[in-house]
Order: sequence, then C-alpha cells, then structure tokens
Amino acid sequence: MESTDIPVLPRGVRLHFDKVREKWVLLAPERAVTLDPVGHAILSEIDGTRSFGEITQMLAQKYDASVQQITQDSAGFLDALRNRRFLDVTA
Amino acid sequence: MTKVAPPIAMLAELTHRCPLSCPYCSNPVELARQDQELDTDTWVRVFREAADLGVLQLHLSGGEPASRRDLVSLVKAAREAGLYTNLITSGIGLTERRLNELDAAGLDHVQLSLQGTNPELADEIGGYNGGFKRKMQVAEWIGKIGFPLTLNAVLHRRNLHQLPRALEMAQEMGARRIEVATVQFHGWALKNRDALMPTREQAAEATHLVTEARAALKGRLVIDYVPADYHEDYPKRCMGGWGTSGLNVAPDGQVLPCHAAQSIPHLVFDRVQEKALSEIWYDGAAFNAYRGTDWMAEPCRSCERKTIDFGGCRCQAMAIIGDASATDPVCVKSPHHGALQAQANAHASQDDAELTYRVSPGKPVEMAE
Repeated sequence: MESTDIPVLPRGVRLHFDKVREKWVLLAPERAVTLDPVGHAILSEIDGTRSFGEITQMLAQKYDASVQQITQDSAGFLDALRNRRFLDVTA
Repeated sequence: MTKVAPPIAMLAELTHRCPLSCPYCSNPVELARQDQELDTDTWVRVFREAADLGVLQLHLSGGEPASRRDLVSLVKAAREAGLYTNLITSGIGLTERRLNELDAAGLDHVQLSLQGTNPELADEIGGYNGGFKRKMQVAEWIGKIGFPLTLNAVLHRRNLHQLPRALEMAQEMGARRIEVATVQFHGWALKNRDALMPTREQAAEATHLVTEARAALKGRLVIDYVPADYHEDYPKRCMGGWGTSGLNVAPDGQVLPCHAAQSIPHLVFDRVQEKALSEIWYDGAAFNAYRGTDWMAEPCRSCERKTIDFGGCRCQAMAIIGDASATDPVCVKSPHHGALQAQANAHASQDDAELTYRVSPGKPVEMAE
C-alpha cells in the first residue's frame, strides 16, 4: 500500500467488539477476522478521507513509534485484507 | 478434553419450503412442515441467545428464507442482537421493495445461488421455469442497492462446463466473492449421485480453472472452492471440526452440529424450545459425540492430520460405510478409499441417469419408478 492510498472499509465490512471473547474483530461477508492491537488501531482511523500515510503518522505520534515501524507492521495485514476484498483503496 | 470454544457462526434454516426443487438440496430427505416451523418470537430469542453465546455470523438460510413472511423482521432483530446477517437465497421471492426493506433492516450481505449460467440448464436443475430470468433481475436489484454479494455456483457433472461463464457472471454482477461449490452428496444429493457425480477429469479441470482464476482475479474476485471430494485423497475439514465453530438450527428448532447431522441415526438433537442454546452447545450429547479427537479410531487416532481435517465428514462416513465414527472414506488412509473412488467413477459414467427432484415439505414423497 502506498502512503498516498486512501483505504476504505467497503459496505458490509465493519469493526465489532466481541464481548464474549473480549477482542476486536473485523466482520466481513461470512467471515470474522480477529484483530491485533495494531490492526485495530489502523482500521479505527480509516474514514475514507485519510491516506495510509496520514494514518501511520497519526499512529506514530499516538503510540510514540516510528512511521516506518507502523508501516512495516501493518502493510502485510492490509494487503491481505485487500486480497480478500475486505478493504478497498482509492488513490 | 480441551475447553470448548464458543461458536462463531450459526446457520438458521428458517424454513424447508422453497420454490425450487434442486436435486442436490442439502436439506434432509425428511423435511419439516410449515406448521412445525419456529415462530418469529422464538427465532428472535434464539438470535439473542446466539449473540450472547459468541456467535458473530448469522446465515439466514432454508429452504428459501424469502419464503418466510417475517424475513425483514428477523433480519432487523438479528442486527439488533449484534449479529452479522447473511441472506442465503435463490432470489426467488425477493422483490425490489422487499430488498429495500431488507436494506433498511440492516442486512449485511447476500449470497445468491446459481443453478446454471443459462436459463435452459438453470431452470432444469432448479425445477422452476423462469427462475433464471428472475434471479438475474434480483441480482440487478442487489447491485443497485449495493449489498455485498457472493455468487454461489453449485457445480456437478451437468454444469461443470459452465464454470468459466460463472466466473464471468460473478464479475458482471459486481460480486466480491464466488463460491465454486461442487455438490456434496448429502440429503437429496445422495439420491442423485448417478445424475450429478462429476467425472474425475471434470474435477481435475475445475481445480485447474480455479487455480488459474485465483491468480488472474487476485484482489478483484475472491474464489472459495469446494472440490469434488469423492475424487480427492484427503477429506474436507467438515464444519472446521464437529462442534468447533458452527451450529445449525433447523426450521423445527432442532439444533444440529451440521446441516446433514440428522442422517446419523443414533444422534439425539436438543431443541431451542426446550433448552438454552448455550446448554445445547456445551453440554448437548449430539455436539459432544464427535467433538475433539477422543472419539477417533484408527487410522485417524494416530494420524498427523487428525486436527487438520478431524477425520473428515461424519455424515459421509455414515452414508458410505454405515459407521459415523469411521474415517471419512474419501481419505486415502481409509480402507474404503479405493472402493469409493471406483464408486465415484461408476456414478459418473451413468450418462442416462435422470434427476430426482426434491419434493416440497409436507407432501407425500413420490416413489422412484
């Protein structure tokens, strides 16, 4: 994912707090993906207007980590979501 | 035994009624009549119990779920309970107005079945004239509203040649996902093995086409593939393991570990009218019958794959060799594997076999001639 890409959760994909398992999950058509803290943090910042670069910068400040580290930690996860059509990208 | 995890998915078979009469219907041969169906209030209670139990995904199925007049209310209640709602439908019984009502009720996703890629074959398989045309209209409305769509192409010897067109249709409809589902022989399909069994060549070709299409359509169309398991060497990981992640509520309130579980005659199923769903899931005899690995005999017991496929499908072991605790005969390690493959080839060579259609619930079953 490029830093200028704008990720967006398509219709039918949403964050959900699983009260029984006490975990955040991403609900998608016929699937539920358990989220780790980084995954949840990134998906929470997706609003259809912020770019991937802006999101990683925000999170870097919030968690006192480097942008590079956050990009590295999340790129594979987000690509996997894209390949499953759980995440769309607009340029 | 290790601690039992809560279920993730629940299949709610709202009714066994259906306008179609597909010869591979996964419903049991003994269908529940309309007067046995759970009422709206009971379903709503079950949805809440399911959410409290840990279910995240609710699949509203049948029969044809659109045959239930209270479908919109049920979707609304399921969403209010916090469940992700998926409608598994042939499209028959859905009008544009009803789809708009489902949209307003919060329906999350639609899975639309496909009996064939042209009206002649689709309507022959579904046993319903005009069904294909109607389905195409429904697909257009689904696209217009913007529901996420999965196309479920059910494939067998008669229509496997249409797989390339089915993949195109999924893209034309704007589907994000297609299920390329080769018929699994349970329920009514078991009566139609001569008519529907794919040839070994067809099964191999389908696997080849799916592999190529997955690469070509990566990121655009997700392809889930259910192979023709009689021709495979390892069994399906049925239900992700018995009593592991999913449960099924039949129209009359019986709670089943899988949709075909009633084909195992010694199992007794609890009903939602009599017990709480959590009690049924954790303590029910049917759910504990094949949970985990303790029930296994050889060759499963010492097999390194035993927690990969959990011995395969219990209903298939029952149907083929009459022992639900045996290794699924699809498995290359089963002593019945060779016989099953020979049997599959024999079924697949019955070129003149006629379709035995599913009947409607509550009407007498016609005897085969």
